[in-house]
Amino acid sequence: MNTSATALGAGPTVVMRRPALVVAGLLSAVSASLIGSMLAIWLDFRSNAPLRESPDGSKMLRDWLPENIKISEVATNTMMMTFVITCVMAQWAVYSSRRNDSKHVSLALGVVLLTEIALVNAQLAVYTQMGIGVRDGSYMTMFYAVTATMLVIIIVCMGFTLLTLFRSIAGRAGDRDLVSAHALYCYSVAAIFAAMWLVVYVQK
Amino acid sequence: MTALEVSTSATSSSSSSGPMATKPTLLLAVVAYLTASDHKRIGRLLISFSAIFAVGTAIEGAVLGVERISPSSSLVDAGIVVQLFSALRFDLIFSVAVPLMLGLAVAVVPMQVGARALAFARSAMLGFYLWLFGVILVGSSYLNNGGPGGGDTEMVDLFLAGLGLVIAGLLLISAAVTTTVLTSRRAGMTLIETPIFSWSALVASVSLLLTLPVLAGASIYVAVDHTYERATFGATEGVNAWIGWAFTSPQIFIVAIPTLGVLAQIVATMTRGKQPLRTGLFVGVGLMSTAVIGAVTQSSHTVNFSGNISDILKSMIPYLFFNDLSILGVLVVLGLVLLALKKEKAKLNAAFVPAFLGVGMVFTGMVGNAVSKIVNLKLSNTVFEEGVLVYICYGVLLSGIGAVTHFGPRIWGREIPAKPVLGLGLLGFLATVLASLPYFIAGFADQPASVANGFDYSGPIWLWNSLVAAGHALMALVVTLFFAFAAKSFRSGTISTATSADLFESVNG
Repeated sequence: MNTSATALGAGPTVVMRRPALVVAGLLSAVSASLIGSMLAIWLDFRSNAPLRESPDGSKMLRDWLPENIKISEVATNTMMMTFVITCVMAQWAVYSSRRNDSKHVSLALGVVLLTEIALVNAQLAVYTQMGIGVRDGSYMTMFYAVTATMLVIIIVCMGFTLLTLFRSIAGRAGDRDLVSAHALYCYSVAAIFAAMWLVVYVQK
Repeated sequence: MTALEVSTSATSSSSSSGPMATKPTLLLAVVAYLTASDHKRIGRLLISFSAIFAVGTAIEGAVLGVERISPSSSLVDAGIVVQLFSALRFDLIFSVAVPLMLGLAVAVVPMQVGARALAFARSAMLGFYLWLFGVILVGSSYLNNGGPGGGDTEMVDLFLAGLGLVIAGLLLISAAVTTTVLTSRRAGMTLIETPIFSWSALVASVSLLLTLPVLAGASIYVAVDHTYERATFGATEGVNAWIGWAFTSPQIFIVAIPTLGVLAQIVATMTRGKQPLRTGLFVGVGLMSTAVIGAVTQSSHTVNFSGNISDILKSMIPYLFFNDLSILGVLVVLGLVLLALKKEKAKLNAAFVPAFLGVGMVFTGMVGNAVSKIVNLKLSNTVFEEGVLVYICYGVLLSGIGAVTHFGPRIWGREIPAKPVLGLGLLGFLATVLASLPYFIAGFADQPASVANGFDYSGPIWLWNSLVAAGHALMALVVTLFFAFAAKSFRSGTISTATSADLFESVNG
């Protein structure tokens, strides 16, 4: 007795249309949605905070950021500027990849990796300089939650950079799809950080 | 078409080479399944586990129904009842409906779009494991009084960790499905030529990719607060307030999007692809995804008819946009498939019955949701909302029965007999109505939501709750019987002779 059954066989090999770019786009959307939702909750809490007088008594302020907390603006502004450098370097990698210039692709991706390490270092410096505890109050709990999530996104971006860099060093400099996808994700993370920087570090 | 063995070495490239593949043993079969990158196997795992969880969830519903038969006495400990209410919501959505629909998409979409494999198949497999492990963690926390509002704080932390894993797993699977449809279609197939089920899978996956991170964001805040401070987000009691939106409408509408694709796909193959206004089906499915806007904004828009005309109109517009636009999508799809059936005088297909009834149940649930948002009816915080949830999730389950019957021969290579499917489909319909409709009635009588004891109203309390318990128990039976019957049929049933055109509509029809 024939015990085999017919099932639909695998189709012919299909050339996938830029899957890395699509995945980078999806990852960007997920990251934006994640941080966007956290910032929305942050803004909701801030707008519902009770009012208090400013130290000089001239105006009323939202009692959101505790008076004794000083956010290190130098470090946070440097982070924002570092992201600009990250994006420029990522685009340099794409430019070099189009010209099959593997040395410049690797160099550009190496610089991107360095800037990402600098970003992680700067975030940790912000935590150290602020010297606040996660248990110290609503602001502190939410501050750590949103900035640590952003840190994880930067680390994911770093992983993406490492993957692209390894492939470039291994001789796949012409893998434009991956290099372009990496650049797209770098731009997205920069845009997401810019939103967080504005809400958490500038507007506070 | 290629003849494939319906054995452990069937389609997986990982298990088809080497001498081991020629001597399949139970252990090798299990290992092959656990490490599979073949989309059909990943899909089968998701479908099978969601069916197993569906039986457990239906039993939970039956226990809660029995508990509410007599509000003055209790069979189950009060603390456990609170956990059961929360567990029922979580399980209906994240243990049953979402993985069932994603499992079908993973198994079927690559075949429909002409791809050789699922894009990023290993990440989809990782997603399956994350989801499964997350559901087990969540289940363990519920069993130890750790769900939202639970008494054991460490177990509540475990719940939040499990929820995080579930979200991560479902995101990975959704990303794989989305990427497959967007990048792996056969040459010449544009998005508008994509089979309707694949389109609905794409819309549902993208919707999940946009809404689940919002749930993740809220969960991170709640988890950090619950672990360290327990004040800002309301400690244990606040968990449900911040993440509860994901277990209710309009988020649950997103889960039901592929049911439209299943029905339209079955009808399209019944009519050999002769679907009038085929583009309208795409629009209908897309309209249902407008639920995303309500979900990500976590907003509930109600309408109150007791004010002046200006106030009514002000509340009516957001109410219609957030609650009723999705219903329009279902109506468009239902209208078009019925038009195609009438025009082509197609012969009834066994899979059509549960799929059609499933969409009908989803539609009823959505209409119920729109009714519950009318303030004057005072249905908020009554069991009416539970009825909406059960209507939609059991509708998805019914649709899943139709989809497995229809796509099964393409996935397993064997036919499933029509008569038992018809019977189980009708029985499943009865179970859904019994488990939901009495709560629509009891909602008007003000039976409170998520409360098992200490309520009273003028009406046969015992009757409504007995019917609900019977409905859930019947659904547990239907799923068990269908699972056993499908397993038997796909293992030793008639070998399928259906061609691709028999199961996937001609895109030029």
